[in-house]
Amino acid sequence: MNAPVQTLSTADQDGWSLAGRTFRSRLIIGTGKYKDYALNAAAAEASGAEIVTVAMRRVNLSDPNQPMLVDFIDPKRFTYLPNTAGCFTGEEAVRTLRLAREAGGWELVKLEVLSNTAHLYPDMEETLRALKLLVAEGFQVMVYCTDDVVYARKLEEAGAAAIMPAAAPIGSGLGIQNQVNIRLIVEQAHIPVLVDAGVGTASDAVVAMELGCDAVLTNTAIAGAKDPIRMARAMKHAVLAGRDAYLAGRMSKKLYADPSSPLAGLI
Amino acid sequence: MRLTVNGEPREVEVETVAALVRTLGLDLRKVAVERNLEIVPKSLFDRIALAEGDRIEIVHVIGGG
Repeated sequence: MNAPVQTLSTADQDGWSLAGRTFRSRLIIGTGKYKDYALNAAAAEASGAEIVTVAMRRVNLSDPNQPMLVDFIDPKRFTYLPNTAGCFTGEEAVRTLRLAREAGGWELVKLEVLSNTAHLYPDMEETLRALKLLVAEGFQVMVYCTDDVVYARKLEEAGAAAIMPAAAPIGSGLGIQNQVNIRLIVEQAHIPVLVDAGVGTASDAVVAMELGCDAVLTNTAIAGAKDPIRMARAMKHAVLAGRDAYLAGRMSKKLYADPSSPLAGLI
Repeated sequence: MRLTVNGEPREVEVETVAALVRTLGLDLRKVAVERNLEIVPKSLFDRIALAEGDRIEIVHVIGGG
């Protein structure tokens, strides 16, 4: 699938819309697994991301003065996207996001309802039910899902703000396992599609963007790199390159060689 | 008064949610509170009275993917 051809000046201003907001960066980064929040903040800066995912957890009462994320990554500069990581039922997800809304007023949220701690794939039946509960409460819900084309349509019909299929198990870094499904999900969707989970390095993000995804969400690929700040920068360039390649429209593949220098006029 | 705060039993001498959060050394602006599974709106922190046996959850945002 090739995108409609745009002039370069249009492509340069190529932002994307999510739940009525416009973003320039097509990279969303997670804030888990970093050595510390300072490194996390530096990686966020280097990535150019405008949205960061966050988790809701109990305050550590034995050490109330421990560093807090909001003191390193400013919620006024970055859009916080609270997740429901660790939730296995719709009710747990709703409870978590109600707390998030009270904590920071965040209504744009990431829903993930897990099925199993070995592979961390979502329970799609429960995810769809949770989505409906959250939409009824006024949340704008980005949904972590399997790369199931039929469920992706059901999520959109139920009012999802974005569809976020896993390219591979969370934290695995295995890259996009089923390019056909991601492409089919992109083709049928009328809302943003993001690859969430499974990105391991910059080329994986490029592939996601070349398939027509609106953006990429990654955590471990950056946090788990030997040099997270440099990998954050690589991811920034990867989504730009992949997006441009998608908009440019790739050449058709050929079975045999086709010389780039003319054969005519050979000496 | 005996409460359960974040899953742990705790004996406190405070009357409101706001006083409890302050006593624990936390910044009111950076947390959300649930009392017996119901959200306590920040605007009511000063007015919601605690009762013996209340189960309180105090949460905040942390790093996550």
